[in-house]
Amino acid sequence: MTLSTTINGVFFKNPIIAASGTFGFGGEYNELYDVGCLGGISSKGLTLNPKDGNEGVRVYETPSGMMNSVGLQNPGVEAFIRDGIPAMRKLDTVLIANMGGSCIEDYVAGAEMLSKADIDMLELNISCPNVKSGGMAFGLKADVAKEVVTAVRQVCSKPLMVKMSPNAENIVEMALACEEAGADSLSLVNTFQAMAIDIRTRKSVFQNLYAGLSGPAIKPIALRMVHSVCKAVHVPVVGIGGIATATDVLEFLMVGATAVQIGTVNFNNPTAGRDILNDLEQLCQREGIDDLSQIRGIL
Amino acid sequence: MEYFETKVVGQERITDDIFVLKVERRDAVVAAGQFFMLKCWDNELTLMRPISLFKADEHTLYFMYRVIGKGTRRLSILRTGDSIMLLGSLGTGFPVQEVSGKVALVGGGLGIPPLCQTVRELHDLGVETDVFVGYRDTPFALVDFEPYAHAIFVATEKGNEGYRGFVTDLLKPEDYDAVFTCGPEIMMRKVAAICDATNTPCWCSMEHRMACGIGACFGCSIRTPEGMKRVCKDGPVFPAHLLFQK
Ligand SMILES: Cc1cc2nc3c(=O)[nH]c(=O)nc-3n(C[C@H](O)[C@H](O)[C@H](O)COP(=O)(O)OP(=O)(O)OC[C@H]3O[C@@H](n4cnc5c(N)ncnc54)[C@H](O)[C@@H]3O)c2cc1C
Ligand SMILES: Cc1cc2nc3c(=O)[nH]c(=O)nc-3n(C[C@H](O)[C@H](O)[C@H](O)COP(=O)(O)O)c2cc1C
Ligand code: FES
Repeated sequence: MTLSTTINGVFFKNPIIAASGTFGFGGEYNELYDVGCLGGISSKGLTLNPKDGNEGVRVYETPSGMMNSVGLQNPGVEAFIRDGIPAMRKLDTVLIANMGGSCIEDYVAGAEMLSKADIDMLELNISCPNVKSGGMAFGLKADVAKEVVTAVRQVCSKPLMVKMSPNAENIVEMALACEEAGADSLSLVNTFQAMAIDIRTRKSVFQNLYAGLSGPAIKPIALRMVHSVCKAVHVPVVGIGGIATATDVLEFLMVGATAVQIGTVNFNNPTAGRDILNDLEQLCQREGIDDLSQIRGIL
Repeated sequence: MEYFETKVVGQERITDDIFVLKVERRDAVVAAGQFFMLKCWDNELTLMRPISLFKADEHTLYFMYRVIGKGTRRLSILRTGDSIMLLGSLGTGFPVQEVSGKVALVGGGLGIPPLCQTVRELHDLGVETDVFVGYRDTPFALVDFEPYAHAIFVATEKGNEGYRGFVTDLLKPEDYDAVFTCGPEIMMRKVAAICDATNTPCWCSMEHRMACGIGACFGCSIRTPEGMKRVCKDGPVFPAHLLFQK
């Protein structure tokens, strides 16, 4: 039996990738288990310049999930190349640099630097607010997303995975636009824009008013989105959203995902990466699956 | 730091809503002021809950906590023999190795439990330690401090026991070489200010909502003069000047 898979020429020993923002640069979780067992790690979301992130409450539990408003706290691309990459390289797994931006110029400059660095893939997070168009995220309108992906494509010599927002006006149109703009692969979904109120203060829990919902609560919607995108595009798709068990992994593969990312589950179970992988091996054996291609996209 | 399953060996109700949970220690390495993430559910709740180490014996870890919501309520119904998941020990605790002479510990409410492990470690290191503890009404955990503290000063807001008023009224930082504090932010701010006035080194233990608890998610970051710090990893104990500026 093999769980290995290839995305854009990059070999993954299995389809389980740690999702950006939930796994740092892998070092902390590596103290709990050998994270080299994972297919890959997507780095904490980077921006060209260092970012402090948001004030106030940043994480908040919800039924079957959580909301976050971390605000992309990160050391910036330069520090990542200097310190983050060498540390991640010790981990014996695929190194995906996740990067966001607040304007196209920053995306391009960051992608240019990361392209020259020792990364395996660039995952472009287009869920970030575009400061030049009143803070509306790049990932909402297909034409805006197309613009940023086209610009990054021109300077990016690494495999380019575009991470899509589920808040997009039309997820399939968005996926097609990103593919046309030169994305080598797509990952979806990022968090759903959501809200919570503190009735005592009569204010939003979050200083930024809205925050991103993740975890099992979003899984059925994420699965539907991955399914419809897989039906429409030709590039590989990485499924993300509330994955917490090996069964969830197989569901995403069955709707067409080539691999998956796991985020929030790492907080519920800090050794989830290893545990889901072990369960997946057993589950495949039980289900008579020798190769993931047997079940991929059967729906 | 380890993520492990262990067994409950006891649960004691201290007051209406305060409990002490005792679990098998296994091989956990611990230090004063550190905490664990606890979980006694599968995925009914998404996040583990941060609880400070109250005290540790050779074979047992103790957690003292107040029931305030879903997670702590679930902890409170655990019985001897039940299993529980622990992640820890976590964070940077009180710098017990770096102090000498006379130390004051100042605790308020549910900030008091971590000071118990602290007074024990200071006692073992031969550091003379006075304990200042403030409660709303009824004191708890005093017996846990008695064998190790040089003196204990109790304050209650309602005057049920000891001094009537705030525990910070009792502290004279000039008498000490260092002050460690844990409790409501407004209390720690006061402690930091009076320590600053006498140039007494002061460390405070912060609380913050957490997701990973190990420094990976930046969910617990706070702004300090030395940049963003993660309460779960760089803290929860910080030098006072990083938290409270004049
Ligand atoms: C480092 C640290 C050490 C702590 N030590 C102790 C202790 O020794 N004894 C004790 O009684 N309490 C302690 N707390 C507070 C304790 O974590 C919360 O009371 C507990 O998480 C509440 O969970 P709940 O599900 O009962 O409440 P809910 O309100 O239902 O919890 C909802 C969410 O909010 C979080 N949350 C709520 N209140 C707090 C809080 N004050 N701090 C951090 N997160 C919070 C929960 O973890 C959970 O994610 C500590 C907190 C931190 C950060
Ligand atoms: C605390 C937290 C921080 C996150 N930070 C990022 C980030 O920096 N960049 C990014 O592309 N996605 C980020 N995400 C989104 C996740 O990578 C993932 O897409 C989302 O949480 C859905 O998956 P899940 O339900 O498995 O968590 C973050 C999610 C969480 C919970
Ligand atoms: S809780 Fe994740 S970094 Fe502190």
